[in-house]
Amino acid sequence: MRMPLRWLAEYTDLAPGTSGADVAAALVSVGIEEEDLHGGDITGPLVVGRVLELEEQVQKNGKPIRYCVVDVGENGQMLTEGKHQEIVCGAQNFEVGDLVVVVLPGATLPGGFQISARKTYGRVSNGMICAEDEIGLGHDHDGIIVLTRLLGEEASADLKPGDDAIALLGLGEETIEANVTPDRGYCFSVRGLAREYWHSQGSPEGGFRDPALVETPASNDLGYTVRVEDDSPIDGVAGCDRYVARIIRGIDPTRPSPAWMQQRLTQMGMRPISLAVDVTNYVMLAVGQPLHAFDVDKLSGSIVVRRARPGETLTTLDDVERTLSPEDLLITDGGEHLLAIAGVMGGASSEVDASTTSVLVEAAHFDSTSIARTSRRHKLVTEASKRFERGVDPALAATAAQLAVDLLVEHGGGTVDDGVTDLDRTTEPPAYLLDVTEPSRIVGLDYSRERVVKILRDLGCTVDESGQGTDETHVLVTPPSWRPDLVNDSPGPDYAEEVARIDGYNNIPSVTPTPVEGQGLTHGQKTRRVVADALAGAGFTEVLTYPFVAESLADELMLPADDDRRHAVRVANPLSEERPLLRTSVIASLVDALRRNVSRGHKDVALFELGLVFRPGGPLGRAPIPSVLQRPDADTLEQLYAAVPDQPRRAGLLATGLVERAGWWGPGRAADWSDAVAAVRTVATALAVDVVVANDPGHAPWHPGRCARLTLPDGTLVGHAGELHPKVLAALDLPPRTVAAEFDVDVLVSASAEPVQARPFSTFPPALTDIALLVRSDVAAADVEAALCAGAGEALESVVLFDVYEGERVEAGHRSLAYRLTFRAADRTLTTEEVNGFRDAAVAAAATATGAVQR
Amino acid sequence: MSGPNTNYDPVEVSALDPANVDAAVQEALTAIAGAGSLDDLKAVRIAHQGEKSPLALANREIGALPPSAKAEAGKRVGQARGRVGQAIAARQAELEAERDERILVEERVDVTLPAVRRAAGARHPIELVSQRLADAFVGMGWEVAEGPELESEWLNFDALNLGPDHPARQMQDTFFLDPVDSGLVLRTQTSPVQIRTMLEKEPPIYVVAPGKVFRTDDLDATHTPVFHQIECLAIDKGLTMAHLRGALDAFVRIMFGEETRTRVRASYFPFTEPSMETDFVCFACHGTGHDESGAQCRSCGGSGWIELGGSGMVNRKVLRACGIDPDVYSGFAFGLGIERALMLRHGVQGMHEMVEGDIRFSQQFGMEV
Repeated sequence: MRMPLRWLAEYTDLAPGTSGADVAAALVSVGIEEEDLHGGDITGPLVVGRVLELEEQVQKNGKPIRYCVVDVGENGQMLTEGKHQEIVCGAQNFEVGDLVVVVLPGATLPGGFQISARKTYGRVSNGMICAEDEIGLGHDHDGIIVLTRLLGEEASADLKPGDDAIALLGLGEETIEANVTPDRGYCFSVRGLAREYWHSQGSPEGGFRDPALVETPASNDLGYTVRVEDDSPIDGVAGCDRYVARIIRGIDPTRPSPAWMQQRLTQMGMRPISLAVDVTNYVMLAVGQPLHAFDVDKLSGSIVVRRARPGETLTTLDDVERTLSPEDLLITDGGEHLLAIAGVMGGASSEVDASTTSVLVEAAHFDSTSIARTSRRHKLVTEASKRFERGVDPALAATAAQLAVDLLVEHGGGTVDDGVTDLDRTTEPPAYLLDVTEPSRIVGLDYSRERVVKILRDLGCTVDESGQGTDETHVLVTPPSWRPDLVNDSPGPDYAEEVARIDGYNNIPSVTPTPVEGQGLTHGQKTRRVVADALAGAGFTEVLTYPFVAESLADELMLPADDDRRHAVRVANPLSEERPLLRTSVIASLVDALRRNVSRGHKDVALFELGLVFRPGGPLGRAPIPSVLQRPDADTLEQLYAAVPDQPRRAGLLATGLVERAGWWGPGRAADWSDAVAAVRTVATALAVDVVVANDPGHAPWHPGRCARLTLPDGTLVGHAGELHPKVLAALDLPPRTVAAEFDVDVLVSASAEPVQARPFSTFPPALTDIALLVRSDVAAADVEAALCAGAGEALESVVLFDVYEGERVEAGHRSLAYRLTFRAADRTLTTEEVNGFRDAAVAAAATATGAVQR
Repeated sequence: MSGPNTNYDPVEVSALDPANVDAAVQEALTAIAGAGSLDDLKAVRIAHQGEKSPLALANREIGALPPSAKAEAGKRVGQARGRVGQAIAARQAELEAERDERILVEERVDVTLPAVRRAAGARHPIELVSQRLADAFVGMGWEVAEGPELESEWLNFDALNLGPDHPARQMQDTFFLDPVDSGLVLRTQTSPVQIRTMLEKEPPIYVVAPGKVFRTDDLDATHTPVFHQIECLAIDKGLTMAHLRGALDAFVRIMFGEETRTRVRASYFPFTEPSMETDFVCFACHGTGHDESGAQCRSCGGSGWIELGGSGMVNRKVLRACGIDPDVYSGFAFGLGIERALMLRHGVQGMHEMVEGDIRFSQQFGMEV
């Protein structure tokens, strides 16, 4: 919502010299946030120009550029060189003869942008033809301003090249743009913002001049017939509880709206259109009541407000044919001919136009929920819908209609009908018995009863200190008609906010809360940090990827048809249609980051990510949406939780290129399957969790011969690690031999939950013995090692595989595994005979289990 | 070796003559001093301390002296041998020190040669900042709460007083899931964690909830469809907006330092009443609203302040939906975007760097921020 300072000064006192920044700061102090400041920061020359010639040339980059000659009156090059202004312009939306806004060298535009003659696209441009956003008039940058379009033909008729455009467009005056929160619909008006500014100045007596304080005639039987026939109110709330209609006849349709009004509308970011439309907009901006002007001559019956019927359509003012929903509230002519979507947008057929002489001004009050739903349904946000959605002051309708009538009569020369229609079913908001100590209790700052009452009265509340229920600490408060946000079943906190806001939020003290006790981080939270830190310590860099993946990814990852990872959640409104699914594994999205790094020239990349994956296991269920009036019952809660699909926390890692660098010390070492397995083992070791590794020949997306399956000793799956399948790498455009691991962090969290029990260790000397075992090549080293451990007995301290040999010195299809066994007894030094016995037992066990033969 | 010769005049044994002994000592000392290496010294030791050295030979003569002369001669030779021995030991130490010194010099390498053979990994700073904030609050007695990213609509919206028609629900551009009536969404905020906590725990509750959230914004310099928030929730008897400010101040101190200037202002959020917004002085223009050239500050848009995040006293309706009696308990909640904090605290220029996964980004932060 915008507000020019001079308009603000009409409704409240503005000390001389008050700047836009001062007003913005004052408004912030009462909770109205500044969005932007416009105007006041342009220094001329900024003038009206008429395009005399234009020559368009398409540039090498394909962009058409116009070399223009513009008449800017007795300014610029006319003064210095005796010729018209030569300007280079990139916009296309104007023709020879158009009136435009020209900024000349020497001027400064908003943001301190200084204009000088400069060479561009091969020629000197002596200034610039301006777009709206360049001079702070709006946010439009689709083309330059053509004044006949911006101000209308009539208003532009008297303009001459060289006229000062700063004054013309009201750019010399500062305009504040405030960000209005959804609870403060009344601030969508200069009236509302002026009231807030007045509060920021301490609400001085007589300092606010309410523009809505005008006499209005009473409703009578002579007015235009209006019927409200809402047969399906939403949640029992009538769609329309007030409808004021006034008629002015004999308006001169050629009369433009006055220049001051056009200027204000322009400052507010709206386009002047015609007197009738400008007046309705102006009054809306002034007091916050959206108005609609119908051409009386296009109406044939009474106005009927009703809900749409299934299948009805209406072409709105924006020339879009809209299929209506039975929830949409309509304004109709006689119930049949559709005039407007109530409170949102008028229809094209009843629009006032250049021949309109009789106008019906509608000032109505519509239900905010109804308007909000309609606006959302039709994706149609208008100045009217914005206000109705946030709540319009229901007491304003007659006043706003009167303000519009007065302006139309004054500037259009018509006469107002004696008939006054005011269908008023609004009710006074109920009084609330407020505990005056409640604001202090909620805010944590003592406000006296007097202070609370004064603030509430300044806000427009009626405060009854003697009615039923009142005592030393209780008063009856009735909020003003423009504050529907203060009407709810427990407005205490709302009043507390008002008191704190007007008193000043910055007066609230700062008191550090003191929780009684905390348990610190949970085991799971600590474990996750260990996992991430261990991976980072092992050379992997953490990244955070978007979980959105393509439908084709499951195939690219070669997931089998029945793989659970094919059950992905689908986003109904994805940012990109190409990536509508949520990842079911971390690797699925981590590959994107790897590819990006590689494309940026990083050859050696090791990445990891720790995050949730989405595993619905099938189609999504339906989560209940219970009432919020109380805690859902246990069953409903259980359904609510159960409907949320499984989201295990997993870690994924990828590595390509060298894991050990080449350098002066020699060649580097490329990442291979073992690095992926080692990374998972490193994590498990950091958590003191034992993992068992087995060859897994059939787990996508890994290489069938280079994939490790990692489990807990009890068989619980931890994850997989190894080299990715070459076809997967090719399909995903990843470097050959890229390795990967993915594991379930939650499993590791559970596996490490119990405190580690210390194992005693012996201080007697160890006995070492080496063995070489010949095994078939398809025997897993892990199986051999397990057999050795099982056979060696309790004195075995460690088994280290220190050599693997496959080649001509061993039988074909076999390999030799060389182990160092370390034995140590808890209570004595072992004898050679004992050690040899253990060793032979170990070898025998390996022989039995794996067919190993000692070499 | 000769046996005792009682008729022998000791004076006549020239090897024991004091002058000769002295000469032998002097000769030895000269040789010791002249030994230039440990090998030289070894030769000197054999020559002057060995079995055939003059002093050793002289010592042997003592046995042949009459008892009356033995003591004096023994003393003389003993002292002489002692001096030589000491000198050798001293020289030995000197030469060993020299040798050790030389070895160290010879073993010199250029330690500025690149030495890291394994590339370092790194944590993502978003995670590190979340940890930092969580740790600070844990230190004050709070706990860390978590929840799923794919969340029920009821927990993400309805329970937070964001009914289907609430204007604020429109402000949040939500990723809905297929089927649209599943009642599930990608959470748009970490606030459903508040609801889960209140449903699961009895007050008093003091939790921080860091996490990933989703909104249908296209990636640009200041937006990303997936970002991170951290949220604090306190529910206890007697909590006020003053406590909210206290917690917020702690937050700002931890994140941005003691000197950070903040302001608070009234705001509106459906899940809080009263609501509050906290701003802090723009780090780029220090509150002036314009840069050095006088142009409008790009970081704050000219206002001089940057929004930190929304907060407020938990709406009574929210407490009620969670089964907490709003007449007994009150509470506050606040949240902020971690990406924003990272931009402010570490000068990260835009969202792209944080989400693209370029290893150079994470690697510049190390393991602690």
